[in-house]
Amino acid sequence: MLLSLVGMVVAFNQRAIVYKAITMGQVLLLAPLALAGYIAARRMADRFPQSPGLILLAGGGAGLIGGAVIAALLIIGHVINLRAVFINASPALYQVLMFGREYPLGVGLPVLAGLVVSELSAGVFLLPPRPRSAIIQAAMWVVLIGLLRDLLVTVINLWGPIATWIRWLFAQSGLSPVGAVVVFGIASGLSLWRSSRPAQAWLNRFPAQQRWIRWGVLALSGVILLALPWVLGSFFSEILDNVGLYILMGLGLNIVVGFAGLLDLGYVAFYAIGAYSMGVLTSPELGFFNLSYWQALPIALAIAVLSGVLLGLPVLKMRGDYLAIVTLGFGEIIRLLVLSDWLRPYLGGSHGIQLIARPRIGPLELATQQQLYYVILVSCLIAGVISWRLKDSRLGRAWMAVREDQDVAQALGVNPVTTKLLAFATGALFSGLSGTIFAAKLGSTIPGDFGFLVSINVLALIIIGGMGSIPGVVVGALALVGLPGLLREFAEFRLLVYGAVLMAMMLMRPEGLWPEARRQLELHEEAAMPVEEPLPASPVPIPAFSSTVRDGGES
Amino acid sequence: MLQAWRQRLTLADVLVWVIGLSIGTIVVVGSAATLSLGKYTWLNWLDLAIKGLALGGVYALIALGYTLVYGILRMINFAHSEVFMSGPFTAVFLANALARSGFLDQYPIPSLLMISALSMAVSTTVAVLLERIAYRPLRNAPRLVPLITAIGASFFLQYTFRGLYGSGVQAYPSIALLEGAWMLGEVRIFKTQVVVILSAVLLMLALYTIVQRTKIGKAMRAVSEDKEVAALMGIDVDRVIVFTFALGGASAGLAGILYALLFPVVNFFMGFIPGLKAFTAAVLGGIGNVPGAMLGGMVLGLIESIGPNLFLDGLGIPNPNQLKDMIAFTFLVFILIFRPTGILGERLATAKA
Repeated sequence: MLLSLVGMVVAFNQRAIVYKAITMGQVLLLAPLALAGYIAARRMADRFPQSPGLILLAGGGAGLIGGAVIAALLIIGHVINLRAVFINASPALYQVLMFGREYPLGVGLPVLAGLVVSELSAGVFLLPPRPRSAIIQAAMWVVLIGLLRDLLVTVINLWGPIATWIRWLFAQSGLSPVGAVVVFGIASGLSLWRSSRPAQAWLNRFPAQQRWIRWGVLALSGVILLALPWVLGSFFSEILDNVGLYILMGLGLNIVVGFAGLLDLGYVAFYAIGAYSMGVLTSPELGFFNLSYWQALPIALAIAVLSGVLLGLPVLKMRGDYLAIVTLGFGEIIRLLVLSDWLRPYLGGSHGIQLIARPRIGPLELATQQQLYYVILVSCLIAGVISWRLKDSRLGRAWMAVREDQDVAQALGVNPVTTKLLAFATGALFSGLSGTIFAAKLGSTIPGDFGFLVSINVLALIIIGGMGSIPGVVVGALALVGLPGLLREFAEFRLLVYGAVLMAMMLMRPEGLWPEARRQLELHEEAAMPVEEPLPASPVPIPAFSSTVRDGGES
Repeated sequence: MLQAWRQRLTLADVLVWVIGLSIGTIVVVGSAATLSLGKYTWLNWLDLAIKGLALGGVYALIALGYTLVYGILRMINFAHSEVFMSGPFTAVFLANALARSGFLDQYPIPSLLMISALSMAVSTTVAVLLERIAYRPLRNAPRLVPLITAIGASFFLQYTFRGLYGSGVQAYPSIALLEGAWMLGEVRIFKTQVVVILSAVLLMLALYTIVQRTKIGKAMRAVSEDKEVAALMGIDVDRVIVFTFALGGASAGLAGILYALLFPVVNFFMGFIPGLKAFTAAVLGGIGNVPGAMLGGMVLGLIESIGPNLFLDGLGIPNPNQLKDMIAFTFLVFILIFRPTGILGERLATAKA
């Protein structure tokens, strides 16, 4: 029953997505079918682990159902005009679904393709784990590199002589067939090698030789970070800047939500406050203060922190769900205020504020994307170090204690009022800083930049990365801000994918891509339970235990 | 007594009270200023109040969906605003087809019923699928997890419908029967507003009866008290939860049609603001509390419609209607400062962690 549901969801997706490039369209079409086959095979394997025949059958069945749903869509679409309602049910879509063939013959093709693809993926499932993961990883690399072809080629062309060595991998668009085979080969080979025993042994030797390797890696990544904008050109720098701004906000929200467990859905408010304070303080257009960027920065940050505390006060006593709606409301209030005619003389109304000062170092104005990159990099590093130092400090442990159980924390001597207010203040600080840089980067701010979506973006990135985890913020920002920036043609579907990823993430891997150790324990209680945990000396209750109690109380 | 009070009072409490009282003061001063200006007659106020009640009825119907689900699962179904959107956004195609064929003008009432039925069916389906696919696997997960899933589902649904029906705005056809207004002496009442208020009230009564009087309503209340014990008593908890989602979905579907009568354009994003307001209304009345949601919706509708003119106009703020959403949210904060569990309070049997 669930299989047919999966199939239906698949069909749903097909209709929602317009195909630009045929190849990409086919990947989008076939990937869910392959996934359905894989899932079906795994379900079957849970029940009858010893019968590969049945597993293959289940996989094929899933693909067949998925294919049949598409075929049914084709037939219906042929008989009545769906376009009046579903605007994307265009002839071009049918063309893709039928793999470019004519009507009666083409209907059979998706069924056939569904069968073949899902059978293949069920077959992959039956392989031993090592080659299985190698094949899956290699296939993903091929898709990824094919997708990013244009950008990679631009970057490679910047490198001069090396370019001619690599160019032949790529065709007019996407990878050339030879290139695809080569990439597949290299990726699967690498994956196989990495999981092989001698390689594992070799890799394991490294952490043992501690210090100089760690410093070496640190220095190398430092050099790479410094050189990045110049190696990659201005288009990539712009994306990197955006990623950096979101990392900064993510680090802040990570403290509020990840460390202290206060779900803030109006986080964009502080971003807006930072940007607007910078605008009001520096813009000659409004002409109140005409400060320079560096003069205005501390004032803007102070305003952001103050507003963080002001928001924090009324919500101190509220629990999670109330907190979420009130903070959301606060974010909207700020947006409506800057948009209103009432404050137009001070904040520019819907027109926004122009001519915002850019940071200067001596005579040099940091105006280009590449130059601003360093400001953002430095801010991110500072914010990262602050969060990292705070995490295991007295305050950090108090945050986590409040997150786990406020009553117990209070009984153990944690003051929840100051703890929560400090979380809001720190979060507002980072977000405000990000806002000031954003304002300086664009040279203007308009209310439209500060919608609810920004809050959701930031929340999504820390969840994808792993709540409470600092490297997770970076991973999440790269995945959610960097990737969509690279794949411009997906802009239209970004939010669709966001939603799906958020759901899938919560259903399958709620701890995120780079989880914090403690939270991972919490979310995989049953696995963590048998392990005897030493009592931590801190006031933090044992996570597994406390969350059982909480769940018991709720259900 | 006084001693104990002074010990419990912290600086934070004082500050919160100061914030609350200053909001209150602005409201009082603003209203006094507006009333002393004498710019509006009592007819204007009555007009705004009826408008507010109609809007409030819609909010209340949506809020019921939040409250019912919250009462049983203790989770905020953030995607409920998309459940609300899906109905009217689908039914608009039926409405337009009926209008083109002339059926709508000939038989307005059956057509309206058909449109509402379709809208309710779509919303119910979306709500039930949502529960089945997104929420059921997370029944026992930590609190934040289903909430985030719901936010994801909300975006997913919004953009799925955008992909299905396009990003443009679709307009509902006008219905000749409901155009114009009745005059009661000096008072002018728009027909649509009457229809909206009446149907909202009727549906609310029906829902209240279902929850209070029927067997399944009893089961719902039992599950809301304690899932395990209810299961031990032979109640099929899953079925009750699905029924709850269906009930919320159906009322959201009807609310969608009523909303479309008031504002006859629909698009994929139409759910966001009413959803947010309805959620605010549910929290205002005390989330998990069915009469609370109804009261909260009505109060919020009134505040939103009367508030901008009453509170802000007297203070010399231009275009106060731009700030009506702000007034709604500020009012929520104000209420929650003084009554942290809403106007009527939460009706939850077990204390929550």
